[in-house]
Amino acid sequence: MTRQRHRVRTGPLMTPAVGMLLVWMIVPLLMTLWFSAQRYNLLDPGGTAFAGLENYRDLVTGRALWVAMGNTLLLVGAVLAITLAGGTLLAVLLDREFPGRNICRLLVIAPFFVMPTVSALVWKNMLMNPVFGLIAWITRSLGLGAPDFFATAPLAAIILIVAWEWTPFAVLILLPALQSLSKEQREAARMDGAGAAAMFLHVELPHLRRPMAVVAMIETIFFLSLFAEIYVTTAGGPGLASTNLAYLIFQDALFEWDVGLASAGGVVAIALANVVAIFLMRVVGRTLEAER
Amino acid sequence: MASIELRSVGKRFGSHEVVRRVDLLVEDREFVAFVGPSGSGKSTLLRMIAGLETVSEGEILIDGQSVARVPPAKRGLAMVFQSYAIYPHMTAAENMSFSLRLAGVPKAERDAKVREVARALEMEALLERKPRALSGGQLQRVALGRAMVRQPKAFLLDEPLSNLDAALQAQMRLELVRLHRELKTTMIYVTHDQTEAMTMADRIVVLNEGRVEQAGTPLELYNRPASLFVAGFIGAPKMNFLPAQGAEGRTLGVRPEHVRIGEGGELAGEIVALERLGARTYVHARLTDGTRLVAEAAGDTGVREGDRLAFRILPEGRHWFDGSGRRVT
Ligand SMILES: Nc1ncnc2c1ncn2[C@@H]1O[C@H](COP(=O)(O)OP(=O)(O)OP(=O)(O)O)[C@@H](O)[C@H]1O
Ligand SMILES: [Mg+2]
Repeated sequence: MTRQRHRVRTGPLMTPAVGMLLVWMIVPLLMTLWFSAQRYNLLDPGGTAFAGLENYRDLVTGRALWVAMGNTLLLVGAVLAITLAGGTLLAVLLDREFPGRNICRLLVIAPFFVMPTVSALVWKNMLMNPVFGLIAWITRSLGLGAPDFFATAPLAAIILIVAWEWTPFAVLILLPALQSLSKEQREAARMDGAGAAAMFLHVELPHLRRPMAVVAMIETIFFLSLFAEIYVTTAGGPGLASTNLAYLIFQDALFEWDVGLASAGGVVAIALANVVAIFLMRVVGRTLEAER
Repeated sequence: MASIELRSVGKRFGSHEVVRRVDLLVEDREFVAFVGPSGSGKSTLLRMIAGLETVSEGEILIDGQSVARVPPAKRGLAMVFQSYAIYPHMTAAENMSFSLRLAGVPKAERDAKVREVARALEMEALLERKPRALSGGQLQRVALGRAMVRQPKAFLLDEPLSNLDAALQAQMRLELVRLHRELKTTMIYVTHDQTEAMTMADRIVVLNEGRVEQAGTPLELYNRPASLFVAGFIGAPKMNFLPAQGAEGRTLGVRPEHVRIGEGGELAGEIVALERLGARTYVHARLTDGTRLVAEAAGDTGVREGDRLAFRILPEGRHWFDGSGRRVT
């Protein structure tokens, strides 16, 4: 082995990977931008022409985009809040010693491994269905009538389903994090007079800050493009009540065959994702900085 | 200010008996060290006193009151952990005042208390720092400060110096002794380092496999070890053990300083190694029957490796132990 330093030129070695990334990212992005400036409907192939900002004008002046954007943000925000709160609570509970703890842990984690389409179908047909759903059966037998969740509160129902799917993910990240908290630190807090509540607030929660930030970041990425649950349960309805940006784009493209409008929606979605990402990086980044 | 009494205290983890029938009275203001090899139950015993571990048998009394039903925070004891267990998201000052904050002490009073303790520990400059910006020795001070702020009846320290380098250990040892004198509180100090115990403690409790082998002042343990175990554990370099001629099953123990070289001695052996420390030299020899012997000699002794010499054991330095390892007087 020579001690001599080899000046390897890494550029050529990285080219394939970087090239792939560029092709996969930049080409679709450019195509989307290009299409968004076209009058291009698949039902009217002859009428293709350059449209400038017409598609964007249609989007911005219409109601659908704003409703969908609001729904997207509400969905992300609500599910984040529920999964973080629920995940933390469950992680703290599952960290305690009790008989049957391992089985419990397994059951809590399980929903995460069910496909989104499948869990959405289960919720729609077996649990929340107003005629033969379990919840309706319970409320009926209590004389409270049968609620039709997807008709009366579609977005809330979807939030519930997605939260059910993703709370296990939060537990999956937070529980091991909690277990890594040193035993001596808990004991020191006990000697200092911390009860269960103070222990949670002053020792466990601060310890979970970083993993919670990570959960929030990962979940946001997925929640911004939520689709299967909406497609399976409400198809965005009634009206626009449960349409998010992803679903709106899908509708524009594959129901109205309006490639131009859908592409413009896509560009707006990219912009929104970037805004949320910057906001998150600020908040989360600060949390990550603050510790250690 | 508290006396701590253990009455045939035992601890079992499942079927594994870790502490067996320990009787002990720690007097008010006494500095007691628990020493013993790894796994001898020192930490377990300390944690039972703190209330962090339940007591399987017997009872623990603090100031004459049984504390079986008293939770850790209410026992009036403070503990310093081996890992320090500093809360990483709090500043040094917040760490120190945490117990007062939980107890609902007003902020002004807390701050005054923390400053007072920080002055005593000469760490005022560190108060606003986060733990990640502190060195091991400084963390150690925060941990001590956190214990002192509570003005406990007794301090429980579990190998608090084992993560420090040798120089800092020596300094902290002196500091702890000074603190003990100034604070006038009871201290129980766990260590596996007999030097630490010898230099700091009023009284040493030697534990072996969960049992008290002997409890006494450092010199009592050094001069009259009650068993082979204590004899071998206390003192560095270790006491020599020679199979006794004549008396069956007995062992003769003799410390290196009680062995004289080359003065018409009854033992003969070859020098295998020399440990020159400057002021004195430890001479390692292999006797004719194969046993090893360490003798203390002057720093400028002329003996060399390979020399064949005679060794004499001073009569006052002879410790006799019977077949079961007990001291025979
Ligand atoms: N929670 C526990 N469950 C089961 N066994 C335990 C538990 N805590 C300690 N032990 C056992 O008890 C014995 C004594 O442990 P302890 O920690 O008191 O030893 P120690 O004297 O402090 O040793 P060290 O010098 O290594 O710290 C060991 O054999 C250990 O394995
Ligand atoms: Mg220990």
